[in-house]
Amino acid sequence: MEKHVVVIGAGPAGLETSASLSKLGFRVTLVEKEEATGGHLKKWHALFPTLLSGKDALESITKELNSTIKIQTATKITGLEAVNDYFTISGHNGWQEKADAVVLTTGFQLFDSHRKEEYGYGIYENVITSADLEELFASGKEFVNRHGNKPERVGFVHCVGSRDEKVNNLHCSKVCCITAVKQAIEVKQLLPDAEIFCFYMDLRMFGRHYEELYKEAQEKYNIQFIRGRLSESTEDHEGNIVVKVEDTLLGKPLRIKVGLLVLMAGMEPRAGTKSLTTMLGLKNVPDGFIQPVDEVLRSNFTEIPGVFVAGTCSGPKSVSDTLADARSAALAVADYLKS
Amino acid sequence: MTFDLFVLPFFIGLLFLLGVLVVKYSRWIAMMDASDRVKAGMALFSFSLLKTIKEIFMESLLHRRMFKRNPLLGFMHMSFALGWLLLIVMGNLESRVYSGGHINPPYYPIFLKFFIHDKRVLPFEIFTLPGFFRFIMDLILLFVLSGLVLALFKRTRSKWFGLKRTTVHNSFDKWAITSLWLIFPMRLLAESFTAGIYKGGGFLTNTLGSFFNLIFPLEYLAYPAWWAYSFMLGIFFVTLPWSRFMHIPTEVILIFLRNAGIEQGKYPGSFSEIEINSCPRCGVCIDVCQMNQAGLTGSTAVYFIRSLRDQQTDVQLNSNCMMCGRCLEACPVGIDTLGLRVGARRVDNKGIISDFSYLMKQPLIKKKTEVVYFAGCMGHLTPGVKRAMLQIFEKAGIGYTFLDEDGSICCGRPLKLAGMQEAALKLVSENTVKIKNTGAKILVTSCPICYKVFNNDYKLEGITVMHHSVFIDNLVKEGKLILRPSALKAVYHDPCELGRGSGIYEQPRNVLKQIAEVSDVAEERANSLCCGGSIGDLAMNAIQRNVIRDNALNILCQSRPDVLVTACPLCKKTFDSGNTIVVKDIAELVADNMEPNKLQLHAAELIDQQCVIS
Repeated sequence: MEKHVVVIGAGPAGLETSASLSKLGFRVTLVEKEEATGGHLKKWHALFPTLLSGKDALESITKELNSTIKIQTATKITGLEAVNDYFTISGHNGWQEKADAVVLTTGFQLFDSHRKEEYGYGIYENVITSADLEELFASGKEFVNRHGNKPERVGFVHCVGSRDEKVNNLHCSKVCCITAVKQAIEVKQLLPDAEIFCFYMDLRMFGRHYEELYKEAQEKYNIQFIRGRLSESTEDHEGNIVVKVEDTLLGKPLRIKVGLLVLMAGMEPRAGTKSLTTMLGLKNVPDGFIQPVDEVLRSNFTEIPGVFVAGTCSGPKSVSDTLADARSAALAVADYLKS
Repeated sequence: MTFDLFVLPFFIGLLFLLGVLVVKYSRWIAMMDASDRVKAGMALFSFSLLKTIKEIFMESLLHRRMFKRNPLLGFMHMSFALGWLLLIVMGNLESRVYSGGHINPPYYPIFLKFFIHDKRVLPFEIFTLPGFFRFIMDLILLFVLSGLVLALFKRTRSKWFGLKRTTVHNSFDKWAITSLWLIFPMRLLAESFTAGIYKGGGFLTNTLGSFFNLIFPLEYLAYPAWWAYSFMLGIFFVTLPWSRFMHIPTEVILIFLRNAGIEQGKYPGSFSEIEINSCPRCGVCIDVCQMNQAGLTGSTAVYFIRSLRDQQTDVQLNSNCMMCGRCLEACPVGIDTLGLRVGARRVDNKGIISDFSYLMKQPLIKKKTEVVYFAGCMGHLTPGVKRAMLQIFEKAGIGYTFLDEDGSICCGRPLKLAGMQEAALKLVSENTVKIKNTGAKILVTSCPICYKVFNNDYKLEGITVMHHSVFIDNLVKEGKLILRPSALKAVYHDPCELGRGSGIYEQPRNVLKQIAEVSDVAEERANSLCCGGSIGDLAMNAIQRNVIRDNALNILCQSRPDVLVTACPLCKKTFDSGNTIVVKDIAELVADNMEPNKLQLHAAELIDQQCVIS
């Protein structure tokens, strides 16, 4: 009998896992809580380091899905249980399935920047997040701030909601450093006269060509990287944002007025992921991401045989890492089901 | 003169105790500042002495505060303290009946029943003088013993006494308490045995004596029982100066000095020594201390004070306290636990030199307005609060100067709590110049931490310091601000520094009640919980803080409110990071729910009328 796998979450990880599993000869159902598949990638304008368009990337991933994959959108999982050697899965709308294996690809949620109130998100109009900026890029509209002005200066704040004990997130979200470099370059391309500042703690240029991009940002685009964590921002009478930051290399407090401040919001585990792991009886760990059996050797396996994990629900990843992880998870599932 | 060898353990113990107390107290008096000694001397001859006597009676004997906490706990303490004192006083009076009014050696009344066997008195006789004393002495002994029974129950059933956790005593205290507990049963046995032999005693000792006489050879047991009783007294007196029971004589001195207006000095000195020695280690502070939730059980006030007395404190212990003041509120002796902690920290941080010379470059603001607003560091970290306040000033038509619009100089309170008084004073003087220079009459601050230090440590003659909740309450009362009721269900959290620290409980509630439906919470007003974000703790990590925060959030959100309202930017930030409920400062809620005020309404009417006319 054809074995059946249910993949939960139709972002890049879920789409790629489903496509791979299908190619390996399994019957696949891909469940998504939203109306459309694609996850965060739907709204992302361009990907580092090549500036590949998000739309093209998503199309390319989706193209690999074949017609035998059943895509169940607008379905929130309300029940997930291991029964003997199979799983029963049910949704809020009455949808039900049995599966021989389950892959959790529930992804991440963007850190809610309101929680760093001192940065002024939701209070000052010209404080936006990196995700807002991608939407602004994607809209193709003229690049102006919320007051309709072309900002003379733009600031990027790294590590918003990442590596920050005060908001309970100790982890590094991995992708924001290089995203900031990419976005800073894109802004500079749109506003050649603007001064661009990046306020960082460390720059973690871990991937191939990232360091090159960072070098280019400094040398070709004259983007200024200031090492120091932002303490607070205020708004002046013209709606500019005045940031207070210490340049820890110079050992000097700085006060810089920018027309637009971009917060590099980090990745957090989705609230819904915890309810799934609780249903399954997987142990919840402090950082909230799903814990694989072994982070080095068996990163797609969970404590429960037949339950697998792929993508950012087990920790922050770039799109390319996510896709590789998804294919790896498909092989792990195949191995499990064929034995 | 009547005498027997068995009185010696008691008598030597008593003399030893008195000797030690004289040495200790003389040292403390010698350590006192000269001005404090004068104050204490004056208090001996002033009305404050009456207050002291009343307080000693109410607290040290009746244990009023203990009764308030839990009636059973109060009765237990009262029966020991008042009971024992009555035994001494009444015993003394009784002994004079037999000694013809002479003053007797101290052992004589204590062991009276050994020396006097008054066969004229019938066991249940009450209406003659000797009969009355015999009755009353048995009754008092029964009273003390009832306390002892409760104390034994408290070992295993502490919840009946309102205590979830009790103090873990060191072995020395265990010796002391064992001897204390044995004193009264030994007295009962010795008196009963003697009563059994001589057919004397009151309703209790006579009855027991007659009973024992049936089964025991009392003529052999009575004398050893008197020895045992005397030994227990002796052991107790000898251990007392180094045990928790040092609080018995010292608390009396503490009450006297406090009423004389003497306070803790800058560094640990004689007053703090007296406070430390007044701690009975009753453990009332343990349950209220939220540090326990984070597993930091060692730094609770009782253990901190014990370490101070044993000179075994360390930086970690001194640093681990949120300075929320819940123990201060609960302490039946009224020991200034926070002051002691700051004192210890001052010693720890003595060597640190702080340079604030860069502050002197700050420009002075010379805008003359009635009101000057100080957001404070925390206010700047919660721009929502700051913005709300500016909107409120605008709406109420209040001309204001925003003193720290371009950045604050810290108020100094965090440094003060860290024991760095001198560094704090530099900030205090710099801020004082800036504030006074504005010429304002009212200083409004959004941060209770700033508010407390502005009020207590700054010398701002002619300027009224107001927390924004009080200022808003005044605006509403004066009709300058009209609030719009909403459908919100709210709970209010009292910030430590505003509530317990400054006694402001009602004003924020007055304002909130006009906007939302306010439910009570389990721990509020003086018992309010700390949010966990306290700047008072210098050692806790984020995980421990989160445990404390989440426990507090749990209790606050029991009624499932729509919004948790507080009046401190730090509480707001801390609770907000818990990500469980919408958290707002009272100012934000006010700014969201303001109606145009009367003046503005009037102006709008005028414009409308003009429109009609034209």
